[in-house]
Amino acid sequence: MKLNFSLSLLTATLIFMSSCQNEKKLPILGPRAAETVTNPDGTTQVDTVYKTIPSFSFLNQDSVAVTQDTFKDKIYIADFFFTSCSTICPTMHRNMKDIFEKYKDNPEVMYLSHTIDFKYDKPSVLKKYAEKLGVDNGKWQFAYGSKDSIYKIAENDYLVAVIEDSTAKDGYIHQGWLVLIDKQKRIRGAYDGTDSNQVAQLMKDIPLLLAEDKK
Amino acid sequence: MRRLLIGSLLTIALFSIVYGCQNAGQVKQDMYHVNGRDIYIKHCQNCHGSKGEGLGTLAPALTDSISLKQNKQRIACFIKNGIKDTIIIHGQKYEGTMPSFPELYDIDIAQVMVYITNSFGNNQGMYTPEQVANDLKNCK
Repeated sequence: MKLNFSLSLLTATLIFMSSCQNEKKLPILGPRAAETVTNPDGTTQVDTVYKTIPSFSFLNQDSVAVTQDTFKDKIYIADFFFTSCSTICPTMHRNMKDIFEKYKDNPEVMYLSHTIDFKYDKPSVLKKYAEKLGVDNGKWQFAYGSKDSIYKIAENDYLVAVIEDSTAKDGYIHQGWLVLIDKQKRIRGAYDGTDSNQVAQLMKDIPLLLAEDKK
Repeated sequence: MRRLLIGSLLTIALFSIVYGCQNAGQVKQDMYHVNGRDIYIKHCQNCHGSKGEGLGTLAPALTDSISLKQNKQRIACFIKNGIKDTIIIHGQKYEGTMPSFPELYDIDIAQVMVYITNSFGNNQGMYTPEQVANDLKNCK
C-alpha cells in the first residue's frame, strides 16, 4: 500500500516536472510600455508593447545591404566586435562558431556581427575575416556602418556598451554580449560571449525559442 | 622478515633521494610551466585557445611540434615584437598580424615558451631566459 502511494507520488512529480519544462519560455528583455493598439479587425485595446530592434541598413562582407529583411522569419544572435581586437572578440567568436557549427543545417538560425571599427573594418576586411574564421556562407552576416549608426543601435537597441577609447590597447572598449533576437525582433536573452557557462545556456535556449514559434 | 622490510625501505629511500636529485632541472621546468600557463591564459588564450587549437586561419594552432621546433629561435621575437608578415604553419598560410607584447620580460617569455612547447601534445623540455635574451638580439 505504502509502495503504491509513493509510486503514484513519483508519477505525479514526474508529470508535474515534465509539464513545467514544456511551459518554459524565455523572458522578453528591455523596456516595455502599455499602449493602445489596433487589432486586425479594427477594434482597439491596451496591450504591452515590447522593445524591438528598429529597421537598419548596413553593408555586409559582400558589400551588399543587410537589413531586417535578411533576418525575416529567423532568430539571430547579434554581437559587436572588430577584426583587430585581440582581447575578448576571438573568444566570443570561437564560442559563436561552436553554435554556428551546431545549427549549421537549421536555416532559421542566423548571426549578425557588427564591427565597431568604422575606420579600418571595411567590407573587404570583414570578408577576409569571415573566410579566415571559416563561416562565410551567408548565415553569419558581418555588418559595416557609420560610427553613428552602429554605436547608436548598439547602445539604444541591443543594449551593448561600445566606446572608442584611444587609451585601450586596441583602440576600442566594448561588452561581449551575445544578444538573442526572436522573429518579432524582440530581445530574448543576453549572454556573456566569453563565459563558457553562459554560452552553454545560450545553446540550450535556442531550441526553446525555436519551439515557441512552432506552436 | 623484519630485516627484509627495513632493508627494502632503506633501498626505496636511497632511490628516491638519488631520483629527486637528478630531477632538480625537472622541478625548475615545472615551475616555468606553471607560471607560463598563467601568462598564456592572460595573453595568448583568447586567440590560440585553451587547448592550443587556434582559431580558423586567423590564429594558428600551437599543436604542430615540428613547426615549433623549426621556429624555436624566432618564437621569442614573435611574442615580444608581434608578427606582421605572413607565416606558414603546417602548410597553411596565416596572414594578418599578431599583437606584440613588449611588456613581457625575458623570463616571462621563457616561461610561456616552456608552457607552449610542453603542452598541447608538445614535449620539448626547458627553455631559459638566457636563450630568450640571445634570440631577442637576433630578431629581424
